[in-house]
Amino acid sequence: MSPVFGATEFPRRDLLKAGGVLIIGCILAGASSAQVEVDAVAFAAGPDQPDLKRLDTWIAMHADNTATIFIGFVELGQGCSTALLQIAAEELDLDMRQVKSVRLDTNLTPNQGATAASASISRGGPRIRAAAAEARLALLTLASKKLKTPVERLSVSRGIVSVVDNPKQSVTYGELVGDKPFNVPFTGRAPLKPASEYKLVGTRVPRNDLPDKVSGKYVYMQHVRAPGMLHGRVVRPRGQSAYGAGAKVMNIEESSIQNIPGARIVRRNDFVGVVAPREWDAILAARQLKLTWDTTPRLPGNSGLHEQMRAAKTIDLVVKESGDVAPAFERAAHVVSQTYRGPYQSHAPFGPNCALAQVTADSALVMCSTQNAYETRADLSRLLGIPVGKVRVQYYEGSGTFGHSCYDDAAQAAAIMSQATGKPVRVQFMRWDEHGWDNYGPAHLAEIRAGIDRDGKIVAYEYHGWQHTWIATETSEQLASGTPARETSGPVAQVLTPFNLGSMYDIPNVRLVNHRVPGIDGYLKGSYLRSPLDISVSFASEQTIDELAYLAGIDAFTFRQRNITHSRWLGVLNAVAEAAHWTPRRAASNLSDAKVVTGRGIAAGTHLTSYGAAVAEIEVNKETGQILARHMYGALDAGLAINPGFVENQISGMLIQATSRILKEEVTFTDTNVTSLDWNGYPILRFEEYPEVTPIVVQRMDQKSTGAGEELTGPAAAAIANALFDATGVRLREYPMTPDRVHAALGRS
Amino acid sequence: MPRELRIKVNERLWTVAATPDTPLLYVLSNELLLRGPRFGCGLAQCGSCSVLVDGIEIRACVTPVATVEGKSVTTLEGLAVWYAKQNGLSKPPALHPVQQAFIDEQALQCGYCYNGMIIKAAELLSKVPRPTETQIRSSMNGHLCRCGTYPRITKAIERASRTVSGVSR
Repeated sequence: MSPVFGATEFPRRDLLKAGGVLIIGCILAGASSAQVEVDAVAFAAGPDQPDLKRLDTWIAMHADNTATIFIGFVELGQGCSTALLQIAAEELDLDMRQVKSVRLDTNLTPNQGATAASASISRGGPRIRAAAAEARLALLTLASKKLKTPVERLSVSRGIVSVVDNPKQSVTYGELVGDKPFNVPFTGRAPLKPASEYKLVGTRVPRNDLPDKVSGKYVYMQHVRAPGMLHGRVVRPRGQSAYGAGAKVMNIEESSIQNIPGARIVRRNDFVGVVAPREWDAILAARQLKLTWDTTPRLPGNSGLHEQMRAAKTIDLVVKESGDVAPAFERAAHVVSQTYRGPYQSHAPFGPNCALAQVTADSALVMCSTQNAYETRADLSRLLGIPVGKVRVQYYEGSGTFGHSCYDDAAQAAAIMSQATGKPVRVQFMRWDEHGWDNYGPAHLAEIRAGIDRDGKIVAYEYHGWQHTWIATETSEQLASGTPARETSGPVAQVLTPFNLGSMYDIPNVRLVNHRVPGIDGYLKGSYLRSPLDISVSFASEQTIDELAYLAGIDAFTFRQRNITHSRWLGVLNAVAEAAHWTPRRAASNLSDAKVVTGRGIAAGTHLTSYGAAVAEIEVNKETGQILARHMYGALDAGLAINPGFVENQISGMLIQATSRILKEEVTFTDTNVTSLDWNGYPILRFEEYPEVTPIVVQRMDQKSTGAGEELTGPAAAAIANALFDATGVRLREYPMTPDRVHAALGRS
Repeated sequence: MPRELRIKVNERLWTVAATPDTPLLYVLSNELLLRGPRFGCGLAQCGSCSVLVDGIEIRACVTPVATVEGKSVTTLEGLAVWYAKQNGLSKPPALHPVQQAFIDEQALQCGYCYNGMIIKAAELLSKVPRPTETQIRSSMNGHLCRCGTYPRITKAIERASRTVSGVSR
């Protein structure tokens, strides 16, 4: 069987049907096939949505010879709003000044599903491209009639259609349809421009949102105001308890805020909020309101977490079984077997989520920063008791969310408070709300065993992983409606892991088993955080591979080369090794007695698609245990990169964020509640700690565009772990790799 | 209770009604409808709400509005004018050199932290026109970025420093 999960084998479609995977990121649209499956993905279709099979849903051509492209993906800071316009402009033969898009709105823009799983380009691009090609064809057909010339003898430049041998005979797109509908179906069958003729795609077009962002003109969600609105704040225990328990109000003293002008309490069961005409008054009211919460201990605390998971009665699934690992381990020359632990981590968006809702007796308009406006709309409909067709959701960008942060929770809180007060309500989560009530990336436990033969070939690989899945009930709804805590079902929590579990290596005997921990009782809320589980899995798996290389007495890069045949995996590994001037030597062969020592590590990995490899160069202070990443290199093959500059920016961001997550980030909690409630309790990488970064885009003009927002997080983190061993001869099997943990491990060695 | 306060923001005097202890951020956001300073933590930990007060970067989320009476507040929106005044230019540039450099370096991802990044970098360059990388890192260390754009921010500040100090590239 194939040693690598090829792109077509990824269960993407099933995952999307299951409710969405994660994330971010944007790469390119490739595919020169003449036909795009318009309905390839099962969307959460609803009433009052634009008809995906009409061309006018996707593109409007204006009299001034510019075009509006209606896009069903949201800008999250990854640049996809620019890159998708690049694709449209390319296919329409317009320049970038002639194309614009509008904000995502459930009543206006095409439903392309969630902006998740690094799919805005890979999944969104082909459809935008096909629509633009179809519009161009429609326009050329009109021009042919107008100019009395066959289409074959027409050429287009910047939206001006002219006759090939008589350029004075011309007409503009704007003159042909100017602001009127095309009134044609979107068939997805129009011929596409071959990649060899691209002028815009594959180039470094600048981001279209940056000028307004640096000048202060850009409207983030946090800036949106409505006439007559109230400011709202949620009132909750500082830091969540177990997901299933929600929060329970024992006693509330309503008179405790009566001195604050205009402040009032909004209560619906255990949902408590305050509103006031002035924002500072709402903040003071939330702080001052006296109430008592149920504080029954329901959590294991950080120290008991992994043992509780390991002992849980789990739902087990053999994700992959090939060959027979048992006899292969018996014959192996060397076997390594270890346990690895990963923490809960937080999205921790830099600006806490914000939403504004205007709810009337029979309709609702909710503005928020959701990655999936359609799911948000369905949830709001149920919560408010208003038919889904009367609920309109508009997207406004917040700060980088990196997955399912509190955007839906904030939207629901605003909607509840607006419905209760009859006025528009803007809810801004405070820092402790966002940090304390996040849907964290779930903690993880891995047991991995792997073996090599005498020639350094990996012969057997066995993985057992424990984690719980994601929430399916938002906190505001849970508290207000008493909706029971539910978990996502389907394959998400069970098959998300295999791609980083040795799939890049040619291993004849593999057994991967997922132990799904029931996550309602005794665990925190979990959901998709950028590169779901990838850091935990890569941390475990790529350290295992490194240990095998060490036991074989072979350089870590050379060992990987010898165990990989897939050209695209080799391509990224070679690219990153070359950039880092990697010279072969066995790991930990340069150990030193100095106080500060240096090391390097390498790792390969991905998310769901694409091919990634990273090298880390670090230094370790053996007295303090402090690790400082000095230089991170990341190579990514995501097929055709529509805009290599954006992909480089994504690579750099992943390298820095992975450094932060592997070295510093951990949600802390006691037996009653989360205690990491701000940037002191949940530190992230700072200016004085960031490594130099070298992003490498392996451009593949002939390949389909695949994800570029999540693929290097895992390998970058694992490369740092491997570098610690190279520097000190010691491995850490639990992260974050804090000074305390490093110091303790060095002391044990 | 709210009272009338007069504050100077971006070279203009404003009369606002607020309790004296209201943090400056909420007055700038809700009364003056400025979009530069923005809520990040409310704890002076992240730098999202930074403004200049008499040329010094402060955290508007914890600074009572009454304490800036009689002082000059500059936000992201007023940075180009502030730069022109400081350098005796007859006409302000469209953008402060730091803002322009952040575009030139395509430094941003979500860009939410860039209010504070730009304010702090402008303050730094007003005091140290040619900072070393170490000085940049040290000066910017109180400003967080979740997207991981620190390296490009440093490059942008270095680029802006060449403009500010009049050194040709």
